Amino acid sequence: MNLTTNYMGLTLKNPIVPSASPLSENVDNICRMEDAGAAAVVIYSLFEEQIMWQSQQLDHYLSYGTNSFAEALNYFPEMDTFKIGPEGYLELIHKAKMVTEIPIIGSLNGVSTGGWIDYAKKIEQAGADALELNIYYIPTDIHMSGTEVEQMYLNVVRDVKQSISIPIAVKVSPYFSATANMMHRLAEAGANGLVLFNRFYQPDFDLENLDVVPHLVLSNSSEMRLPLRWVAILYDKVAADFAITSGVHSHEDVIKGLMAGAKVTMLASELLRHGIPRIGEILAGMTDWMEQYEYQSVAQMQGSMSQKNVAEPAAFERANYMKVLHSWRPDPTGQLI
Amino acid sequence: MKVDKFSEEVIRAMIDDDHVRAHRARGLSPDRPAMRGTAQNPDVYFQARETVNSFYEAIPEIVQGQMDKMAGLVGRQYHLFDYVGAPDAERVVVLMGSGCETAEETINYLVERGEKVGMVKVRLYRPFSLEHFVAALPATTKIVGVLDRTKEPGSLGEPLYLDVMSCVSEHFANIGKVAPRVIGGRYGLSSKEFTPSMVKGVFDEMAKAAPKNHFTIGIIDDVTHTSLDYDLDFNIEPNNVVRAVFWGLGSDGTVGANKNSIKIIGEETDNYAQGYFVYDSKKAGARTISHLRFGPKPIHSTYLIQQANFIAVHQVNFLERYNVLDTAVDGTIFLLNSPFKADEVWDNLPRSIQETIIAKHIKFYMIDAHTVARELNLGARTNTIMQTCFFAISGVLPQEEAITQIKKAIYKSYGKRGEAVVRQNYAAVDATLANLHEIKVPSAATSKIELPPTVREDAPDFVQNITAKMMAGMGDFLPVSAMPIDGTYPTGTTQWEKRNLALEVPVWDTDLCIQCGKCVLVCPHAVIRSKMYDSGLLADAPDTFKHTEARWKGLQEQVYTLQVAVEDCTGCRLCVEVCPVKDKSNVSRKAINMEAQPPIREAESKNWDFFLKLPDIEAANAELQFNNVKNVQLLQPLFEFSGACAGCGETPYLKLLSQLFGDRAVIANATGCSSIYGGNLPTTPWSKNSAGRGPAWSNSLFEDNAEFGLGMRMTLDKQVLYARELVSRFRNEIGEELADGLLNANQSDSAAVEAQRQRVAELKAKVTSTDSAMKDLLSLADVLVRKNVWIVGGDGWAYDIGFGGLDHVLASGRNINIVVLDTEVYSNTGGQASKSTPIGAVAKFAMGGKATHKKDLGMIAMSYGNVYVAQVAMGANDAQVVKAFIEAEAHDGPSIIIAYSHCIAHGIDMAKGLTQQRLAVETGHWLLYRYNPSLRIESKNPLQLDCKAPKLPLRDYLYNENRYRMLVQSNPEAAAAFLIQAQDGVKAHWHKYEQLAAQDS
Repeated sequence: MNLTTNYMGLTLKNPIVPSASPLSENVDNICRMEDAGAAAVVIYSLFEEQIMWQSQQLDHYLSYGTNSFAEALNYFPEMDTFKIGPEGYLELIHKAKMVTEIPIIGSLNGVSTGGWIDYAKKIEQAGADALELNIYYIPTDIHMSGTEVEQMYLNVVRDVKQSISIPIAVKVSPYFSATANMMHRLAEAGANGLVLFNRFYQPDFDLENLDVVPHLVLSNSSEMRLPLRWVAILYDKVAADFAITSGVHSHEDVIKGLMAGAKVTMLASELLRHGIPRIGEILAGMTDWMEQYEYQSVAQMQGSMSQKNVAEPAAFERANYMKVLHSWRPDPTGQLI
Repeated sequence: MKVDKFSEEVIRAMIDDDHVRAHRARGLSPDRPAMRGTAQNPDVYFQARETVNSFYEAIPEIVQGQMDKMAGLVGRQYHLFDYVGAPDAERVVVLMGSGCETAEETINYLVERGEKVGMVKVRLYRPFSLEHFVAALPATTKIVGVLDRTKEPGSLGEPLYLDVMSCVSEHFANIGKVAPRVIGGRYGLSSKEFTPSMVKGVFDEMAKAAPKNHFTIGIIDDVTHTSLDYDLDFNIEPNNVVRAVFWGLGSDGTVGANKNSIKIIGEETDNYAQGYFVYDSKKAGARTISHLRFGPKPIHSTYLIQQANFIAVHQVNFLERYNVLDTAVDGTIFLLNSPFKADEVWDNLPRSIQETIIAKHIKFYMIDAHTVARELNLGARTNTIMQTCFFAISGVLPQEEAITQIKKAIYKSYGKRGEAVVRQNYAAVDATLANLHEIKVPSAATSKIELPPTVREDAPDFVQNITAKMMAGMGDFLPVSAMPIDGTYPTGTTQWEKRNLALEVPVWDTDLCIQCGKCVLVCPHAVIRSKMYDSGLLADAPDTFKHTEARWKGLQEQVYTLQVAVEDCTGCRLCVEVCPVKDKSNVSRKAINMEAQPPIREAESKNWDFFLKLPDIEAANAELQFNNVKNVQLLQPLFEFSGACAGCGETPYLKLLSQLFGDRAVIANATGCSSIYGGNLPTTPWSKNSAGRGPAWSNSLFEDNAEFGLGMRMTLDKQVLYARELVSRFRNEIGEELADGLLNANQSDSAAVEAQRQRVAELKAKVTSTDSAMKDLLSLADVLVRKNVWIVGGDGWAYDIGFGGLDHVLASGRNINIVVLDTEVYSNTGGQASKSTPIGAVAKFAMGGKATHKKDLGMIAMSYGNVYVAQVAMGANDAQVVKAFIEAEAHDGPSIIIAYSHCIAHGIDMAKGLTQQRLAVETGHWLLYRYNPSLRIESKNPLQLDCKAPKLPLRDYLYNENRYRMLVQSNPEAAAAFLIQAQDGVKAHWHKYEQLAAQDS
């Protein structure tokens, strides 16, 4: 049975890749992922904004209250160095490359053009096999048009592409008016891979304290439907490899993703909830399933249920939506059926 | 600055290894056992002391030999006594230390003008070498003036004077010649200015036929008339020196920028540079004055700039408070940071400033640095902007070169802190010049803005005549007669110093407020206060005075006001953060909200005055129990408007102490932050109530403060004993009922204390003071009203340097109360580790993170069994804090309250200080408990835990603080290891206390 897949020119031993999450913050976990069977690892995201914030915060608290009172001209000892730039991140990539044999994919969230390019180059130099651009942007400005937002994405991809030679993937949100067109343009701008979709952490309300609070909700399998649909629709229409990254929790999810046309399926919530060994279990489940249904290779199933290849392409379009809605009509007793 | 540092080789060459080895060989070692420190008896001690003579005799030559050796290595020749001045000088001064620089500068000036003056600089004071001294003294000397920077009360003269006197008299007696006259004087105590005009004043005095001996120079002594007159206008500074004075705030970074400018000019140009920084004694809103000199020749002026050719004022409100252009010479450049636009700034200057600018032909520049800084996200730090302005207009360096150098300096200073900070400061440099404007100076002053008086007219005489002068920076001109002779100063003087520090102040929303009193409790500067009063008193209230119905059960007919002293507020926001109420329609609004101060200043000042006139609720009020936060808010604080940091975590505890017990408290305050914000002139925060009562306060040292307080207690106890004895003795004269009342009074609470006060008043009215013992009774009667002694200090005192004394006092069994304001670090001296510093925290002397756990002071105190111990944190449980203070005071024995005090030295957002306190408790870092020995009498466990088991990981608390985070950022592996140890420590600590609290009594 051949589980290999080709993602952005990288030959992976199987299609299971842990996506960016806090699990990859230390090299031991990355090794454990490899041991469990991960074909590659996307390292947690380097946030340019966080680096800037840390720098400003450090400066603020080292300066605050200084040179104000003769007996206490400052409050902290003078340190020789601080590791508040991307050094720790780059070191992790470097170490991960040293101790693993699987591809290591960096992940970057930039703020400025300079930041995107500079950090992308550094991640490449640190030894990453590919780079995922985690464009996490909430367009709250009421004067900013969709065209401008889209152009901003395209500029980032183009600028980074011109600066580095390793493959780049773009992790995108589902909130584009014309998703298909946008994916196409991202690929044109230089994206080798498209990772569908970025899950934005939505703030919650604390009713006791009337506060807005961050609330991390892990995904579930049903969330995979959205990227599944779009990968199925875009398979073979857009010149980029697809990765599915929301709601992958089981070997069935992996198989579905592949059948839709994904080259890899990425998972984080499942590993955060049940631990890194889940990779091995999912992998085993997938091979059992493939054996049972006599699939020879992953390549064989990739795109097999894409819009292009299904008997009823319209199933991915509006008719499908109507059907789903109707399936929720109440029965005469008032219960949902 | 042009500092030639000795190389390692030179230092090495100065050390003779044979001596090092000999020293080592003399060390104590069991391999060659010997003993030192024997107790010597009178038979041999004297002779033993005399063994040192030959060594002392040899030292001068040895030191001179080493000086010569050094000269051979580096070319810098020193002698035991160096003479400078006219070779044929007749008037010679003798002094040592930095004052020599000013004296030499003055002597050179005078010699150039034909004066026969000189100076002997003392390099080796003792052993004092007679031979070397007389060899240095010109043979032509007629009079020697010895200047000492010290005072030896009761001595015939100061030490150097006495040595020189002996030396001269011995030598000239030996050679049979008439000795020159020797006089001595004092100068420059406590870094008092020592200027060329003072040096000249001394020489002028020495020229007189009968010069004054034992004189003082630099002050006005109108009591014992020791002071010499001198010409204040005598100036010798050369014209080729740039003399720049910068007025700034600590928080705006002025000093830091000036230090950078000195480095730039000193290191990158041929110029020499000098800087001296004058700080005031406040921690919040501290004023700094930087004195910078740059010039082509080495700078020897060790005194403040008296004639400035560049003056920068970085805070516009200084124009109304200080005579900032006083030192300006004709044509001085004046740079002002002003919020006004270039075409508005002139009209908004005070009239006197306009007049000075015109009269002295001052070139006037302005920039709105705060706006530029805000636009660049630099907050209040205008340092880089103002520094760029200085270089742009002072002409010290060509503009382009200056900008390059500033950027280099920025990289050097901030590079370690990350690119973002460097970029931000570069941006500030680039944005400056476009915003810098030269202002065309009109020919006439037109402003109607007059300088307000330093203090209000209704301030008491002492404040008007003395305190106000210190506040205005004129303290140098206060004569000796103005000074209290024994250091006793009136309390309650901060109320007259309206500093108007806060740009935003809290504003009360009467509708939302639930009158819980939390904001009043936490306000570190006692600027938020509340009163409950009869509505009839509102008749004369100002229009904008706010009030609402009181929310007290049974007292709803009363009126409640929460009033803010906007001119005293530091804008720390602790009050807003602690306010538990949110507007249901807009959750960003609370019952108090920060609003701009300037528009409401005038109205709120009037409201404040009116508020103060409303009657205070007495602690003895029978209708209210002052054992909870809500009611305590109504008690007048007798600790107000201190100079503590904005958002200080210590002062709310002291304010609470003053509210509950201030009218009968004597305080022994260890040196530290609390002695600085509590007792530093010009104005001090401990105050008094309308009856004239309030805390009596004195400061003592780290090493003896606890004993100092114990002494207060023992004095009071002895006085009480004697007073009671006298009451018993004069029972018939006093009347039995009153005598019994006085002797048997239960003074357990404020109401009972007040009742005893009435008895004492009755006693004083009843008895006459004819008999000596009766006079004693009258002089001691007040001690019959219970007084309590509070010993206050920080952890540097309690855990470290003063611990021996603290332990002694705890063990004394006496009725004393101790408050430890625990910031877990030496805050006042800039963040050195104490034994209270937790594991893994970065502090000075614990740069790699403190390696050991914090000492458990509470557990040590509890081990005595009879000591009341409480550990509290206002941000976690304010009700427990109030309870602890009341129980501690009520405990008839030693009590100690260890109070978590968030601190600027933690590297936190001070507005979130109370949140950090809560997190410290919820993570188990700081346990809340009370150990009350009296519970044993009720067969209860004396230890009561006032907090629940830790529910959050320690990191949730630690990593909000720079003291922990900077280790993560500099040595993440060590930080990770410390975190594990700290978390384990928390667990073990909790289990230990949990078990102790669970035990049956």
